[in-house]
Amino acid sequence: MIPVLFIVIPMITGLAVFFFKNERSVKLLALFSSLATLVVALLGLTLLNDNNNVQYSANWLGFLGSRISLKVDGMGQVLCLLTSISYPAIFIATWKNQYQKAGNFFGLMLLSQAGLMGVFVAMDALLFYFFWEMVLIPVYFLSSQWGGEKRIRATMKFFIYTFLGSVLMLVGIIYLYSQTPDHSFSIESFYNLNKILPGKTQNWVFWLFFAAFAVKMPIFPFHTWQPDLYEQANTPTTMVLSGVMVKMGVFACIRWLLPVVSIASFQWGDVVTSLAVIGILYASLLAIQQDDLKRLVAYSSIAHIGLMCATIFSETTVGLQGVMIQMFNHGINVLGLWIVVEMIEKTCGTRKISELGGLAQKAPSLAIFAMIIGLASVALPLTNAFIGEFMMLNGIFSSSITHYNIVFTVLAAVSIILAAIYILTMIRKVFFGSSNTVTSNAQDIQWSQKLVLSVIVILILWLGIYPDSMLNLTHGLSESIIKKSDVLPLLMKH
Amino acid sequence: MPINYYIFLSLALFAIGIVGVLIRRNAIIVFMCIEIMLNAANLLLVAFSKMHHLQQAATQASAGTDGQIFVFFIMVVAAAEVSVGLAIIVMMFRNVHSIDINFLNRLKH
Amino acid sequence: MQNVLQIVWLVPFFPLIGFLIVGLFRKQLSKTLTAIIGCGMVLLPFLLSIWIFILVKNGGGYVADYFNFISAGSLKVSFALQVDALSALFLLIVTGVSFIIHVYSTTYMKEETKEHYGRFFSYMNLFVFSMILLVMGANFIIMFIGWEGVGLCSYLLIGYWFKNKEYNKAADKAFIFNRIGDLGFLIALFWIISKAGSVSFEDVFSKTSVFSSSDITIITLLLFVGATGKSAQIPLYTWLPDAMAGPTPVSALIHAATMVTAGVYMIARSNALYSLAPVTENIIAIVGLATAILAATIALKQNDIKKVLAYSTVSQLGYMFLALGVGAYSTGVFHVMTHAFFKALLFLAAGSVIHAMGGEQDIRKMGGLKGKMKITYLTFLFGCIAISGIPPFSGFFSKDAILLAAFEHNKILYAIALFGALLTAFYMFRLLFLAFNGSFRGTEEQQHHLHESPAGMTIPLIILAILAFAGGFVGIPEILMKGGDKLTEFLSPVIPVHSVELVSHSTEMMLMVISTVLVLLVIVFAWYRFRKYHSVEEKGIGKFLENKWYVDELYEKVIANPVNRFAAFLNKFIEKSLIDGIVNGVGRLVNYGSRQVRLLQSGQVGNYVLLMVLSMLLIFVIQFFLRK
Repeated sequence: MIPVLFIVIPMITGLAVFFFKNERSVKLLALFSSLATLVVALLGLTLLNDNNNVQYSANWLGFLGSRISLKVDGMGQVLCLLTSISYPAIFIATWKNQYQKAGNFFGLMLLSQAGLMGVFVAMDALLFYFFWEMVLIPVYFLSSQWGGEKRIRATMKFFIYTFLGSVLMLVGIIYLYSQTPDHSFSIESFYNLNKILPGKTQNWVFWLFFAAFAVKMPIFPFHTWQPDLYEQANTPTTMVLSGVMVKMGVFACIRWLLPVVSIASFQWGDVVTSLAVIGILYASLLAIQQDDLKRLVAYSSIAHIGLMCATIFSETTVGLQGVMIQMFNHGINVLGLWIVVEMIEKTCGTRKISELGGLAQKAPSLAIFAMIIGLASVALPLTNAFIGEFMMLNGIFSSSITHYNIVFTVLAAVSIILAAIYILTMIRKVFFGSSNTVTSNAQDIQWSQKLVLSVIVILILWLGIYPDSMLNLTHGLSESIIKKSDVLPLLMKH
Repeated sequence: MPINYYIFLSLALFAIGIVGVLIRRNAIIVFMCIEIMLNAANLLLVAFSKMHHLQQAATQASAGTDGQIFVFFIMVVAAAEVSVGLAIIVMMFRNVHSIDINFLNRLKH
Repeated sequence: MQNVLQIVWLVPFFPLIGFLIVGLFRKQLSKTLTAIIGCGMVLLPFLLSIWIFILVKNGGGYVADYFNFISAGSLKVSFALQVDALSALFLLIVTGVSFIIHVYSTTYMKEETKEHYGRFFSYMNLFVFSMILLVMGANFIIMFIGWEGVGLCSYLLIGYWFKNKEYNKAADKAFIFNRIGDLGFLIALFWIISKAGSVSFEDVFSKTSVFSSSDITIITLLLFVGATGKSAQIPLYTWLPDAMAGPTPVSALIHAATMVTAGVYMIARSNALYSLAPVTENIIAIVGLATAILAATIALKQNDIKKVLAYSTVSQLGYMFLALGVGAYSTGVFHVMTHAFFKALLFLAAGSVIHAMGGEQDIRKMGGLKGKMKITYLTFLFGCIAISGIPPFSGFFSKDAILLAAFEHNKILYAIALFGALLTAFYMFRLLFLAFNGSFRGTEEQQHHLHESPAGMTIPLIILAILAFAGGFVGIPEILMKGGDKLTEFLSPVIPVHSVELVSHSTEMMLMVISTVLVLLVIVFAWYRFRKYHSVEEKGIGKFLENKWYVDELYEKVIANPVNRFAAFLNKFIEKSLIDGIVNGVGRLVNYGSRQVRLLQSGQVGNYVLLMVLSMLLIFVIQFFLRK
């Protein structure tokens, strides 16, 4: 029942919220709904964590061979937890924001949550596609209706990019469906295809899927929608986008790509990893150049996601586990960064790094939180990101499916130096030094942001000091995925 | 009479119709040219139908009547079309005081 | 003993608690309370360290395994702490020196506001915590946590006065240079994991046979890259002199006595690997010696009292690496210890001078402080004698042991190292004479303000002076005293002793005499040159040295600028013009195309009819003539 609740709670409240006019009641209802989801997620991880509760199956489009089949597996638990933590955190942190047509805004937000949850728990390809698009549509309206001046243009760019990817993926799904012996969209049938489909077919089906995922993550050179959109969209939407939505691409690669077309994943592994590694360095270098805080965070996010992508295609258990918890870590960290950026913009009226300075004197609490979250972004030990990045880099290094593992590792690891450069430079220029006219009247953060940022910092440290609490969720799953995508027996057979 | 004559006649009629539609600007003339083309087609249908009937009548009594029926349909449709078309032309004349079809490009904007 | 040692987690725990309490309640706690908690949380681990030291001395090491830190697939890393001879010794040095410096800081930082006072002590406690983790970690990962942790604290403390932009830049530089080294460390870790499947010291050092010889060379080299970052060796040393932007006690604690010796600790810890990698050892020896000489020459011409000491630190670290490079690991560790004493002393004494001078650090504006600041002068003198290596001060024993080890290895190394030792004596006594002898050259106001520092600062100085004097007695060479080298014996469980005598006793004696006599001569020469101050404009080589060999400028030109320009190029051309150009170009192409196609819809009925006829003709043609 738990996966159903994940989808139904936000969907029902989301639809209901549309009809509310009073902004305060809208906010309260949205917050209540997201907290309810969080409670369900926490219960699902602890008390109710048994096989009956975490899966659900019902008839849907029986004539097509598609069922409503939902299951919260290890990776699903991590990502559903991330989603369910993110939404209340976003709502509380932006509690004071005013919206035109608040009902629509929060309704769309909750619908996007329902879609995201659906993506993470769907075990049926058609259902997966359905939820995949269900996320896109609310986000399209959210970012085109509320945000900066050039938001329409940025949103169009984003929409065309992702929609193109999605359509290609749909073609891929339908093709694979037609190839299944039992004409079924279920994930097991798709996994079995691995043994049936010849390498040549897999090679082009791979790109149909990967196009959608690469755009969503995004991977260099499909990334240019991201900085524009992050810059223009309103902050809550940006938080959803970068905190949770970009994980869809990473997630989908692990669940729907690696074990489904593993020969192609093996064949294209070097190409994709090269792109990802280039993207890591490229985005890190660009982040150094940015003057706009939002764009800086956007590029740093591209770099971090690039590392996840490179790790996925190195196909090691340790690496995959690293990716899974790093998805959570990155979501949390980037959420914290957005809150910091939002507060800076609110209190100083600008996001230009060159105009800011000396904020630490005016807003010491903000400075401390920014520092801790910034250090988590540069993967300092005892913060969560270190664990993830360490495991991921270790995964790439120990990969047995590529000859270039050492080169990839070294190049990808250079990003930890570059990350230190851009994060520390940003902190120095924004918070340190003496205050100027822009920052002299700055206010420190309010209780609501303090609350959310404290939770984030606690999570950062908790997962940095005792990561095993989350790592053991992902162990079995990553092992089974690696086993499914082991190409050696497949290549022998073909 | 061999079928060739009918074919050539209707071809000629059809060509006259096309040329008329293409080069004339008077809406009524264009309209009449369209009618000529329709009738060229009708003529051909009737002629072929008759031929068919002559060949097949021995085996099947109703053979070759299809073409004749088609012609009726076409004539009905043409009549309807004439009424609508003329109405359009009248409206056009009321609006622009001309029935030159080159004035009919307002929809573009 | 095993059960008793289960509580070693208390050692890092206390400073961590101190950090949390002082850091979180810095607005509430009074300064006195902050000072008590800050110092107390370092004193307790110091007492524990003494206890651990005694236990370890009586036998064996111990690993305390607490919980699974990372367990994923085949990778198992436990959060484990280790006490053995090496870590016990480092614990003593770290906590002991830290405690003295904490006490000193309570007075030195008195003028800070309550909040910043608390911030300072919380950072300092965090540093002690990280450093303890570094030396107690039972595997490479825990060591790496401490390793990066001390880097973070160094960053925070260099940028302690965060209103000053230059200081913050220095802090960034320190962090980033450390990060470059850490990259090497990290990749070495991956290499170790992929070959040995484990990161615990016990497993890795006992199963060295799983590594091929090229593996070992690469791993040790990569680890050494990490050490060059942390311990300020060529090519990553330039951050350390800039790090002097931090408050003086920080420079004493982090950038002289403890953190920068982490590299030495790490290599000494990994001696089982290094002794199997002769190529790496040679590289370490050469890099160490080159750093020692380079930094010593720069120190000759510096005028900032802290900069001189900073370069002297870099140079002394070079000596330690020389010792490691020639395989004398315990000697390197010995020098870490004596250096911790006399360099902390020198920095704190310099702090006392700066305090008296009202923040002035330029030795050209000092002079004649001897009279006003008796204790500071005497303790500084002790430090100078110790670092120059005059018997029976501590520096003599450790430095001579290094020189001897170098001599055994290679005569040329020895000669250069001896030359460096003479430079050391020269610049240290130059500093001493310029600052304390002659006549005062500062402003009237400063002269009026001159005073001996309060007891809170001088007592730590005196304690350190005693240690700087007596610290060497734990490592007296065999020829001077039978069984005098207690340190090597103590460390022998971790660092095996090779008891092969390469040099005869008479040669060894002669070397000692030669170095001592030469050093004394150099000191006399320094006294002759600098007892009176002459202001001279530096030219030629002097200017070159004063500007630190222009290394910073070189890095700026060769690395920083090109990277920046490349990044700007990517940002402007690749991102905006190329990639976005293509993306927008596709959009524009579609737009353009549809605008062209739109023209077909002219609105002329005739055109439509013509098109229709033509298309029908086309269809006929295709239908009848082009079909097969």
